[in-house]
Amino acid sequence: MNFRAVRAIYIFEMARTLRTLLQSIISPVISTSLYFVVFGAAIGSRISEIDGVKYGAFIVPGLIMLMLLTQSIANASFGIFFPKFSGTIYELLSAPLSFVEMVLGFVGAAATKSIILGLIILATASLFVPITIVHPIFMLAFLILTAVSFSLLGFIIGIWADRFEKLQVVPLLLITPLTFLGGSFYSINILPPVWRTVTLFNPVVYLISGFRWSFFGKADVNIGASLGATFLFLFVCLIVVWRMFATGYRLKV
Amino acid sequence: MPPIISVSNLSKTYASGFCALKNINLDIRAGEILALLGPNGAGKTTLIGIICGIVNPSEGRVSVEGHDIVKDYRVTRSMIGLVPQELTTDAFESVWSAVTFSRRLFGRRDDPALIERILRDLSLFDKRNSEIRTLSGGMKRRILIAKALSHEPRILFLDEPTAGVDIELRKDMWQIVASLRASGVTIILTTHYIEEAEAIADRIGIIDKGELILVEDKTVLMQKLGKKQLIVHLREKLEALPSNLAVYDLVLAEDGRSLTYTYTTGHDGRSVMALLEDIAAAAIEFSDITTRESRLEDIFVQLVRQRK
Ligand SMILES: Nc1ncnc2c1ncn2[C@@H]1O[C@H](COP(=O)(O)OP(=O)(O)OP(=O)(O)O)[C@@H](O)[C@H]1O
Ligand SMILES: [Mg+2]
Repeated sequence: MNFRAVRAIYIFEMARTLRTLLQSIISPVISTSLYFVVFGAAIGSRISEIDGVKYGAFIVPGLIMLMLLTQSIANASFGIFFPKFSGTIYELLSAPLSFVEMVLGFVGAAATKSIILGLIILATASLFVPITIVHPIFMLAFLILTAVSFSLLGFIIGIWADRFEKLQVVPLLLITPLTFLGGSFYSINILPPVWRTVTLFNPVVYLISGFRWSFFGKADVNIGASLGATFLFLFVCLIVVWRMFATGYRLKV
Repeated sequence: MPPIISVSNLSKTYASGFCALKNINLDIRAGEILALLGPNGAGKTTLIGIICGIVNPSEGRVSVEGHDIVKDYRVTRSMIGLVPQELTTDAFESVWSAVTFSRRLFGRRDDPALIERILRDLSLFDKRNSEIRTLSGGMKRRILIAKALSHEPRILFLDEPTAGVDIELRKDMWQIVASLRASGVTIILTTHYIEEAEAIADRIGIIDKGELILVEDKTVLMQKLGKKQLIVHLREKLEALPSNLAVYDLVLAEDGRSLTYTYTTGHDGRSVMALLEDIAAAAIEFSDITTRESRLEDIFVQLVRQRK
């Protein structure tokens, strides 16, 4: 195992975040605060409680998830896309580095950033509404699992993308709609039965529901299903990454 | 001694269907400087890319000190440093951290003293804290070299290291190449400045249209294919060659004022003396004698043109 290389990539990627502090940390925090003001204050004044939880607090897990998913993908996809784009990938490819090590470095850094971001957003939210976390260990577990899984997905997108626009396609057309429709800002139980059933095909529902359960002890779907879905997603991403490297897909010509 | 790199039956067909390398067989000797020459698009970079792990081979195999580059990639890649043809560097990193990063990537323990020495040798030390994007093209080329040397490779690939580089840096570069070679590093380089190859290479390989058309010791190549010309400038106009000179391969200039004799470099020179004696015997007076030697460049152009 080439641990020095893993560490080098990890440090390199974290340094990139620090250099772009504004766009990697501050802007997500600002946009979360905006969501909070709009949804929490404006709508929250009309909907007082869902499942016995104050609306302002109810949307916090969903908001964190929204940021977690989009930022994990954005960070990880850019992290691997950029060396491909600039040509500096030659160095990674010519180094004694296995795909596992490359993934550990890039995905590890992207996931770390998302986790830190998630915690910052949580702290920001707690300035607006009092938040208690019923299952803190599960909360952290969901946070980490989701950050890792979606950083992996971002990594896959970064390798697949051969143009800058493609980096945006999946987050914009898939992840953001799925997150909004996945109950970030409402309980799927308030939907008409038909739509509720349709919604259950949205994998993000399981993530948000599980994450919300760790906060309030109440879930839209069974917590076991949530955990299962999260692991399944992680597993599928790992398989895809593994296949990509085994074939040198879009990395080697 | 077994070759340090052994390429056998190597072919590469790109996804586009273009066949960039055709059945290449090449043994590279430990400690030598091998210059790969060839016109644009010949396949030099592709060959280097395969050996270094950037391009997937389509057929054939490459081994480095007996280790297969696919199966034992960790071993083979640890031994190899690569200076790519394109100027690809990070923009916002400092010179120091970029070079340190390379060393770590190859799994080596940090060694600031070594990095300092490399940067000093390349006149980069003063710029160590500068962001790379603020440096000139030649400086970036030096950084690529520093990165390749940072992990103390035993084999160094230089893909057109002197393209777009000023005379000063070019001299520095050959100085470094010479000292690396002295320390036992095997060097494979490509260049379009053939006089460079002529000056520093031990062996010359010529690639054209994906085929390795020749690999030869430089001196042997020059002897075998190099030509010399002796030009005799005549005092008076000569209308026709006298009969006693017919045995020589002589060309009388159109204005009748000079004779050109072409012979191979490996020649012992006895016929030159005989020729001069015969010219004197024919009572032809000459005012001056000049010689011309064909350079590697002429040989190269001739070989590649023949195949067209
Ligand atoms: N990724 C690729 N896909 C398709 N064709 C490629 C690819 N890379 C290179 N080629 C083609 O393969 C051939 C060999 O390219 P290569 O870069 O190895 O040449 P080279 O000898 O290094 O040339 P130069 O002296 O210009 O650097 C060229 O015709 C090139 O167009
Ligand atoms: Mg080239």
